[in-house]
Amino acid sequence: MIADDITSAIVNALTSVAPEVDPMSIRPGVSFRDQLDLDSMDFLNFVLALHDRLGIDIPERDYPKLYTFDGALAYLASKVTGNHL
Amino acid sequence: MITTTYREAIRAAIREALTKDARVFLMGEDVGRYGGAYGVSKGLLAEFGPDRIRDTPLSESTFVGAGIGAALGGMRPIVEVMTVNFSLLALDQIVNNAATIRHMSGGQFSIPLVIRMATGAGRQLAAQHAHSLEGWYAHVPGIRVVAPATLDDARGMLWTALEDPDPVLIFEHQTLYNMEGQLANNAQAVDLDRAAVRRPGKDVSLITYGGTLGKTLQAAETLAGEGIDAEVIDLRTLRPLDMPTIAASVKKTRRAVIVDEGWRSGSLSAEISARLVEQHFYDLDAPIARVCSAEVPIPYPKHLEDAAIPQPPAIIAAARETMGRRG
Amino acid sequence: MPSLGADMEAGTLVKWLKRPGDTVRRGDIIAVVDTDKGAIEIEVFEDGAIDTLQIEVGQKVPVGTVLAVIRGALSGNSASAAPPTPPAPAAREPQPARLLVSPAARKLAADRGIDLAAVRGTGPQGAITHEDVERAAGATGQAAAPAPVRGGADRASAMRAAIGAAMARSKREIPHYYLSSTIDMNATLAWLRAENERRPMPDRLLPVVLLIKAVATALHEVPELNGYWTSGALQQSPAVHVGCAISLRGGGLIAPAIHDADRKDLSTLMRDLRDLTGRARAGTLRSSELADSTITVTNLGDRGVDATFGIIYPPQVALVGFGRIAERPWVAAGRIEARSLLTATLSADHRASDGHRGGLLLDAIGRRLQTPETL
Repeated sequence: MIADDITSAIVNALTSVAPEVDPMSIRPGVSFRDQLDLDSMDFLNFVLALHDRLGIDIPERDYPKLYTFDGALAYLASKVTGNHL
Repeated sequence: MITTTYREAIRAAIREALTKDARVFLMGEDVGRYGGAYGVSKGLLAEFGPDRIRDTPLSESTFVGAGIGAALGGMRPIVEVMTVNFSLLALDQIVNNAATIRHMSGGQFSIPLVIRMATGAGRQLAAQHAHSLEGWYAHVPGIRVVAPATLDDARGMLWTALEDPDPVLIFEHQTLYNMEGQLANNAQAVDLDRAAVRRPGKDVSLITYGGTLGKTLQAAETLAGEGIDAEVIDLRTLRPLDMPTIAASVKKTRRAVIVDEGWRSGSLSAEISARLVEQHFYDLDAPIARVCSAEVPIPYPKHLEDAAIPQPPAIIAAARETMGRRG
Repeated sequence: MPSLGADMEAGTLVKWLKRPGDTVRRGDIIAVVDTDKGAIEIEVFEDGAIDTLQIEVGQKVPVGTVLAVIRGALSGNSASAAPPTPPAPAAREPQPARLLVSPAARKLAADRGIDLAAVRGTGPQGAITHEDVERAAGATGQAAAPAPVRGGADRASAMRAAIGAAMARSKREIPHYYLSSTIDMNATLAWLRAENERRPMPDRLLPVVLLIKAVATALHEVPELNGYWTSGALQQSPAVHVGCAISLRGGGLIAPAIHDADRKDLSTLMRDLRDLTGRARAGTLRSSELADSTITVTNLGDRGVDATFGIIYPPQVALVGFGRIAERPWVAAGRIEARSLLTATLSADHRASDGHRGGLLLDAIGRRLQTPETL
């Protein structure tokens, strides 16, 4: 359940900054920046959208962990679980 | 050089004519005891007596007709009509008689008559005293129409007009009478044939006459500050138009703005514009622009009067437009 | 129809947001206009009441066309809605769909065998004048000017053509000079890290915001790089409006202005930049944002480039470009060490300034980035 929620949060956050993105085409191991042509403002907005949707605080030094879909999923899962605990 | 006014320059011209030629006399409403509605003939009654400075009844048709008769009879009358608006009462005399008799008589008779009148707005004299109808007279063959805009022309045009064997109408703009400036002690009669380049320039020709010459020169100065070098042409003679001078200017600048205090419709500015397009189309780089009076009877209130007649900002805007600039 | 940049010729009215009789205040959005750059909100520049709307929805009209008449509330004067923004007459030359040629120009072109389609018009309504033909005749062998853009093409190709026309004009008319300088970013990055650590997420700053602020305030030292080249003269702007080049998803580029960037704090600049980026991509920019920039900043560091040598957006006279901030070897006091470095470049109009002054600007930018806390 948690993984599904996080996945949909990531997809929603991505499509809010890059509306033309087809969620099915996202390659999980490749950086968003490279495959979706995100710039630093897009990425910041992406992180902010995750913050809004999941209600978690993400320190700037952790931003690199969110560069790929897999990375984001793992990082957010640990944060959300941690919060719930 | 002497410092004088436009009014005094005309008075000096009348005085000289009265002195030099015994056939000359001045006639019109209030020109004698009152000294003229605009004070032009002040003092002349005392100097030359009631035979040569003649007050007339308030009947333009009558005294202009009398002037035509006197001219036919060998005199050289100067008839003063208070304003161009009132001259409409004498339109029949001017257009049907003065302008035609040389032609109707097969050249046997001519009318060496000079009619002076005030024209134009700017002194809050309202719609019955402030129109610019000289363009109408410039429509009529058989008369010459001139508009002195400078002291030299105010001083020098009258004598040349008196020497013309045919009727000459002199239009004096209301706002010019108090204009002060320098005039040569020995100021001479001037020609009535040529327009004058009052300010040379290379970018746009501003073509005007009479009361709007000063505003046009002012506009040219502002334009110079913006890097637009305007040439200012003073028509001087409204009929016949000196097209060679106008054309030479437009050939050089390829752009023309015509500033005319008359109404735009059927105006002198329309005539100049049409001739430029007819004869010099391939010299033009921009549509010809016109700055004319608003198509209303000239208003009385100062701010409305100012808004109704050509002013420097409108001239500047029109000139910029011909240069492809806006704003 | 205001000109929203050197490349705009015409716009299509999409929507009126006010009706005759409505009261409007300076800054209100009164209409939406569709251009090659997307839908733009048109602001009003006068207080008053809408008297008449002159253009109907769906109508495409050239730049300079009166859209609406506004009656001033106090003066009773009327003014046209959204007059073209004052400082950039050179940027407001509409290129007419039909080739307008003055009679004198047509005759000269015929006499000299000049192809009028290749001549750019500078006369009224963009008409080709005698002088334009003379210039073209003098420059035979030069590349022909781009043909006027026709409407109806799809958005992306229309924008491509608009960018092409503006950039071709810039390269044709502006004698560019280019300078580059390497800036040590250690101090800025360290300060930014600490600052973002303590800022809540929505308030965190991107490095580019500090770069924009540094450029904006550095211009106080070299004001001749801030303004416009119009009618053969430099017109310095007292205000600093920084155009921020924003790439659009799916191609294209737009450089809306952050107004008074020199006077805004970093948080405000960040908010403005975020807002502009969002609206640029959503196609809801305002007319003043497209027309007011007095200098442009472009930052391609995100894409990993080392340095960018931009083309000035006419009628501006300068563009500052930034590459990526990367650790590189740096010699300090005889020792080689790794430091975060940034290459800043300046493209400037040699008619308005010389390299010496341009160098002073880059130096002023670099100095400011050594004391980020003062930005």
